[in-house]
Amino acid sequence: MNGTTITAPTIEYALLSPMLIVFGAAIIGVLVEAFAPRYLRKSIQMPLTLLALLGAFVTTVLAASNGLPTTAAAMGAVAVDGPSLFIWGIILILAFISALLINDDEQFVAQAAAVPGSVDEEEAVRSGFAQTEVYPLLLFAVGGMLLFPASNDLLVMFVALEVMSLPLYLLCGLARRRRLLSQEASVKYFLLGAFSSAFFLYGMALLYGYAGSVDLKAISAALGSVSGQDTLLFVGVAMLAVGLLFKIGAAPFQAWKPDVYQGAPTAVTALMASTVLVAAFGALLRVFWVALGNLDWDWRPLMWGVAILTMIVGAVLAITQTDIKRMLAYSSIAHAGFLLTGVIATGTAEQNSSALSAILFYLAAYGFTTVGAFAVVTMVRDAGGEAGHLSRWAGLGKRAPVLAGIFAFFLLAFAGIPLTSGFFGKYAVFTAAVGGGALPLVVVGVVSSAIAAFFYVRVIVLMFFNEPAADGPTIAAPSVGTSAVVALAAAATVVLGVFPQPVLTLADQAASALFIR
Amino acid sequence: MPWLSTLMAVPVVGAVGVSLVKSDKLAKQLALAVSLVVLALTGVMAARFDPALGASKETRFQFAEVYDWIPRFGVHYGVGVDGIALVLIALSAILVPIVILASWHDADGTGAAAPPKRSVKTYFALLLVLEAMMIGVFAATDVFLFYVFFEAMLIPMYFMIGSYGGAQRSYAAVKFLLYSLFGGLLMLVAVIALYVIAEKNTFMFPELIGVIQDPTTQKWLFLGFFIAFAVKAPLWPFHTWLPDAAAQAPAGAAVLLVGVLDKVGTYGMLRFCLELFPDAAKFFTPLVIVLSVIGIVYGAIVAIGQTDMKRLIAYTSISHFGFIALGVFAMTTDAGAGATLYMVNHGFSTGALFLIAGFLIYRRGSSQIADYGGVQKVAPLLAGTFLIAGLSGLSLPGLSTFVSEFMVLLGTYERYVVPAVIATTGVILAAVYILWMYQRTMNGPTAEAVKGLPDLNIRERWVVGPLIAVIIALGFFPKPALDIINPAVDHTLSNVHIDNVHVNPAVAEKKGAGQ
Repeated sequence: MNGTTITAPTIEYALLSPMLIVFGAAIIGVLVEAFAPRYLRKSIQMPLTLLALLGAFVTTVLAASNGLPTTAAAMGAVAVDGPSLFIWGIILILAFISALLINDDEQFVAQAAAVPGSVDEEEAVRSGFAQTEVYPLLLFAVGGMLLFPASNDLLVMFVALEVMSLPLYLLCGLARRRRLLSQEASVKYFLLGAFSSAFFLYGMALLYGYAGSVDLKAISAALGSVSGQDTLLFVGVAMLAVGLLFKIGAAPFQAWKPDVYQGAPTAVTALMASTVLVAAFGALLRVFWVALGNLDWDWRPLMWGVAILTMIVGAVLAITQTDIKRMLAYSSIAHAGFLLTGVIATGTAEQNSSALSAILFYLAAYGFTTVGAFAVVTMVRDAGGEAGHLSRWAGLGKRAPVLAGIFAFFLLAFAGIPLTSGFFGKYAVFTAAVGGGALPLVVVGVVSSAIAAFFYVRVIVLMFFNEPAADGPTIAAPSVGTSAVVALAAAATVVLGVFPQPVLTLADQAASALFIR
Repeated sequence: MPWLSTLMAVPVVGAVGVSLVKSDKLAKQLALAVSLVVLALTGVMAARFDPALGASKETRFQFAEVYDWIPRFGVHYGVGVDGIALVLIALSAILVPIVILASWHDADGTGAAAPPKRSVKTYFALLLVLEAMMIGVFAATDVFLFYVFFEAMLIPMYFMIGSYGGAQRSYAAVKFLLYSLFGGLLMLVAVIALYVIAEKNTFMFPELIGVIQDPTTQKWLFLGFFIAFAVKAPLWPFHTWLPDAAAQAPAGAAVLLVGVLDKVGTYGMLRFCLELFPDAAKFFTPLVIVLSVIGIVYGAIVAIGQTDMKRLIAYTSISHFGFIALGVFAMTTDAGAGATLYMVNHGFSTGALFLIAGFLIYRRGSSQIADYGGVQKVAPLLAGTFLIAGLSGLSLPGLSTFVSEFMVLLGTYERYVVPAVIATTGVILAAVYILWMYQRTMNGPTAEAVKGLPDLNIRERWVVGPLIAVIIALGFFPKPALDIINPAVDHTLSNVHIDNVHVNPAVAEKKGAGQ
């Protein structure tokens, strides 16, 4: 024992500062909840959250402008590389926008612990309780999202997964209206999420058995040296894949998405639909490209199947939906399928970087449009809250032409009509997939795009070509926050659709060196 | 001066202006003024166009502008026109002011059928946006830019049909959009594959000619493009959306849909299918010719059976598109030039038919042929111009369509005798459907509901007058148009490596004598 000194780990604080800022602010937020008087909480929490996200974004940009690091930070646990920084940037912007939505109005339950319809609840409403824990929960979730795609070993990734997911399970159950639906969504999400986490954990354990390490680089190295343990490897990979595919909502692990999206408060849905998808794709790419990159001949056929199934399930089931949020959930499933075609498009380093850049661009484009679409959903209201049922949207184009026009524009972007961001996202991913020899997959993608177009167009038909119902929903006068979200999302959808080159260049630079190991 | 960019920018700026002005009347006037400015600019541009330059590879596309748009994908903002594109742009520029004038009351809720009042400004703004896109799609010399316009132009038309059309409008609009979108997405796969396989890192059309050599690849890519164009044009059996869309669209939108938008399909075949994939085009020629001939005869026979005027005119168009596709794939100069001229002539004659039928429907509130009779007695001018437009549709010598149809048949006969002979029956059937419709609506005893129907007013005369004038002018003196078209078609066919384009050199003289 003599002479052994414990060396302190080297931590690149500057590089990790975005995460540190977000987590730090989250902890301060918890303290505010504990010590600040109720009437002050919201006016502290909201600026704190926005500032933290903004600060994290600024430090991300600074880190990126200092040149991309070539080795993993924090003793090889966290890989802050080009893709990570790009993903961080997207997540932070999208989270910022979603936070504006959360701020917007009384979407959240007064007191989550009160039983729906009970005296307790009435009392909580009457005394004007407000659930300001939402803000620290959001920050914890965002912190987890930042760590998730950047984790360079499976253990850190699992921690990140949980840090990201647990606050989200809670947030889902906080809707002020239709509380039972919201709580049901929360429980479903929690149970299924716990299952998938267990799969992830088990897969990780098996891979550890195979490679003797949970480090992504070490697993990659083990692929070449360890032999005779293929069962461990393949079962482990499959279980890991289940955990990750669950988070992106790929079929056949998509069942939670519509229920959760529908039940959660719409602002939270906006956050989940955009940022979680981004983070989960980052993690999926890192695991499959870095750790299992040399195994791609083995996992690619499976991924083909998952991608095809996801695209078709998303597109076909969306047709039968009658609730706008469920429809957007299935649309999100279909989009996850389109993104998967890019994950499969591996090959030479050049091919990989072009596929990666395409995925990054797609995630940015899709994230903005999604937040915008859900922001519009929050504004169309009935007596009992948001008017979710599609039939209530009939004739919206006549009652609120501008709002309906913007929503139609978002839908066209989802459908991938040229001159919207969605088109170039799809185009980039499909081009990468063709370059990677996945032409049949692209044909399936195109066919399901055509199917998907049908239900997007159906909503436009409802809004513009049908006469409004006499007792139609009211359009809530949007707060500054909501208007800003819609305007920002619309502007991003236009700019990325007409002049995508700057963001493409950025994505190219981020993807040029691929993931560091 | 960047002529083509100006031509696109003016209507876009105009559309913004139209949507901002306060009164509906001002919006209409502004829209008309903007479209007339575009027409004037197009006229000046056409006058400065030099057909002789079309022979050389470097100067093939005139008024060319090329800027990088998305270097990452090799996409350029590349525009330029050869003779084929120029006449189609001219067609669009002439039709739009006429359509605006004809649509004066389409959106404001007047008319016998008492349609609901709708946003007038939006309608005219959409028309102008559509005009910019129509010019863009013909002017694009970058395959990707072409695709962008090809898809994006669906959206304004979709809203024009869906918001301003007849009773079945939303069904028709969705059917139109989904058919076109499906074709377009197949084309997207081919566009992506073209880019990846060509490995030129550019989408500029001139640089992609002759790059794809492998015959199998050519065939697949050809199919991707061709099916999209065949849905658009539409060729049999991809045609079923057209009668619905054209019948439900307001008359003005129907004119632009059938007159210009559908021409993008046949234009695309001539420009992209033939030049980018020459061997595949030759391989598939028999198939396309069979489809075209079926379309010619089928469209004509089904047209005879229609009871709805707009549907009838839509089916005649399916027959005519068969002729155009036949001309494109016959791959002789005569047939190619004839097909191009046909695209223009069909735009005018069918446009006139749709618009005059639209005037009738506005007065009477029904598009059913059975609801009319003896209109000629109460509205002689309306009936007379309808007859002229109809006769042009059935290719009466002296009216414009005759020249082009004759050239197509002649050019096809040089290579494919049997299809040409069968296609000729389309001419006879045309006489049946047009004259029978005329007889049922305009002749005979005046129907009770038709009595007191007013004749064309001043505005409507200004709509019909120019159209009839163009139809007659191009019927007697098509030379200026052919002079512009011929070098461009020659150039196109030379890229397809057709050596004996002039199978029968004497034809040119005979044709001249025939006029």
